Amino acid sequence: MPETAVKVRELTFGEAIREGLAEEMRRDPRIVLLGEDVAEAGTTFKVLKGLVEEFGTSRIVDTPISEPGFTGLGVGAAMTGLRPIVDIMFGDFLALVMDQVVNQAAKVHYMSGGAWKVPMVIRATMGATRRSAAQHSQSLHAWPSHVPGLKVAIPSTPYDAKGLLKTAIRDDNPVVFFEDKISYTKVKGPVPEGDYTIPFGVADIKREGRDITLVGTSSMVQVALGAAAMLEEIGVSAEVVDPRTTWPLDEKTLIESAKKTSRAIVIDEGSFRYGVTGEIASVIAEGAFYDLDGPVRRIGAMHVPIPFSPPLEDATVPTERDVFEMARKMCNK
Amino acid sequence: MTTVTKQTELVGGVDALSIRMYRQMVAIRLFEERVNDLYTRALMPGLAHLYIGEEAVAVGVCEALNRTDYITSTHRGHGHCLAKGAAPNLMFAELLGKEVGYCKGKGGSMHIADPATGNLGANAIVGGGAGIATGAAFSSKYLGTKQVAVCFFGEGALGQGVLYEEMNLAQLWKLPVIFACENNLYNEYTHCSESTAGEMLARPKAFGIAAEAVDGQDVRAVYAAAMSLVERARKGDGPGFLLLNTYRYRGHHVGDIAREYYRPKHEEQYWTSERDPITLHGVWLVAQGVIDQAGLDRIQSEVAAEMDAAMEFGIKAPYPDPARVGEDVYA
Repeated sequence: MPETAVKVRELTFGEAIREGLAEEMRRDPRIVLLGEDVAEAGTTFKVLKGLVEEFGTSRIVDTPISEPGFTGLGVGAAMTGLRPIVDIMFGDFLALVMDQVVNQAAKVHYMSGGAWKVPMVIRATMGATRRSAAQHSQSLHAWPSHVPGLKVAIPSTPYDAKGLLKTAIRDDNPVVFFEDKISYTKVKGPVPEGDYTIPFGVADIKREGRDITLVGTSSMVQVALGAAAMLEEIGVSAEVVDPRTTWPLDEKTLIESAKKTSRAIVIDEGSFRYGVTGEIASVIAEGAFYDLDGPVRRIGAMHVPIPFSPPLEDATVPTERDVFEMARKMCNK
Repeated sequence: MTTVTKQTELVGGVDALSIRMYRQMVAIRLFEERVNDLYTRALMPGLAHLYIGEEAVAVGVCEALNRTDYITSTHRGHGHCLAKGAAPNLMFAELLGKEVGYCKGKGGSMHIADPATGNLGANAIVGGGAGIATGAAFSSKYLGTKQVAVCFFGEGALGQGVLYEEMNLAQLWKLPVIFACENNLYNEYTHCSESTAGEMLARPKAFGIAAEAVDGQDVRAVYAAAMSLVERARKGDGPGFLLLNTYRYRGHHVGDIAREYYRPKHEEQYWTSERDPITLHGVWLVAQGVIDQAGLDRIQSEVAAEMDAAMEFGIKAPYPDPARVGEDVYA
């Protein structure tokens, strides 16, 4: 029998997520999706458009505007036989549900000595530059990454989004899954039809290089790739590493890349202070210290509430130029 | 023969149920007295919030449930766990931080959980069980299992917003969940009149939830009210709310001894001497000719012996190996 070739299409980030969700919901009737305007509206970003037509309102469930209420309900439903996915429309609203996520979902398994499990996915968005101001623009993935008992996925490409989402849904633990809003329509890439999963805790080298490691997360992978292209023009070979999950974290790949290139910059859209860049930079510094030419550098969002006015907002977010300039100096070019 | 087990209910009917409820209340009282003893002898680490005085609430509600029905409990949760069927020896082991305890020593007094008896866990966040219980009811409806979930919480949780979000969702989607509000009058060290505006029952009623106030010292009244709301929920008619008026005999926790600054001694005296749920039910059982005083005394001494043995089991059980601290973070 000749092997059937898997068809690969160009999908947007949002389309890949919708396809992953639909395939999983066809596979497992225990999956229900709860959130605000997830059904007929398909969310404010239209990412779920069409799902309610296939799965009905008993599985694609519109909720009142009660993030703690439906997230808490999701925890209980997960403990008792369902595999809920809750949709936090804007990641900023994670602030509203932190008790349910941090004190309940993350701790139920441990506090009960392993007696109960919470197989749920909390889908949340992230990312600035949509001119949505301080309460609709934050990238808060460092928060759940700080809490034992949670896993955190931050895909950067359509391929990764679909594969990581399937892994998240099949995981027996609470997973917070961050989707960059800009990427929903702007990032396109090849996605195979049908089933595949990507394991958590396995970084992906998005571009190989020799002179410097650029660790990028989520939307910052595109920024790192753009900077790498600019660096190539001045003779600097940059390696771009995407951890894909902040917890579990693939420390080995990060350290090995830095050992190989001897230089590293970590780029993340969360606030620069007490965040993902600090954690990853320290992992690299501890693991690759004797192979580094200098300190691991970091580029994150400015430590300010995200402003509305376009020139102000643009000043807060890491850019290809920022990464290029820093890398150029580190490589003495 | 006064030993009453679940099995005798089938042949014993109402009398057996009444005696079992007495026995269960005694079990909670004597369990908690031993917790107090362990704590004051510095054998028990952490915090201990005693359920003494409120026994009729847990017993009356849980007797209206099946073993497979769910409960969520609170920081003052020992009574709920026992009433739902937990083994006292494994509870003592957990309270003392031992490996064989319900949570392998990782949860302690405020987090007893037991899938075998439908106990989704005690919760040390006030109102923290509301989402979990409502979610269990969501699963029951979705999967068609006819299980009912009971969310126990104190009147202090009426101050938590998420409770109202869950009540709204439960009524909106007709979920089989019972919100069991134990009004023991005190939010920690503050009288509920200082924290609660309006009528407590008006709150569930605003959602259209079937709500009823019950004398929480009368185990038969609690049972009857719970039974009617549980059966209603099981049929698919939606959630219920029980306002169980009761009293916490002891302090907020074992260390809360000097209480006059927030409640008078004569108030405590009134409840303990006039409104004790075990005494009241015992008097009724004897008056009805269901059992005589000697029979009640025998139950007391049998349960005391069981609780002594359970406590000894907990004391003698080994601590967990510190090397296992990292287990169970992830499933």
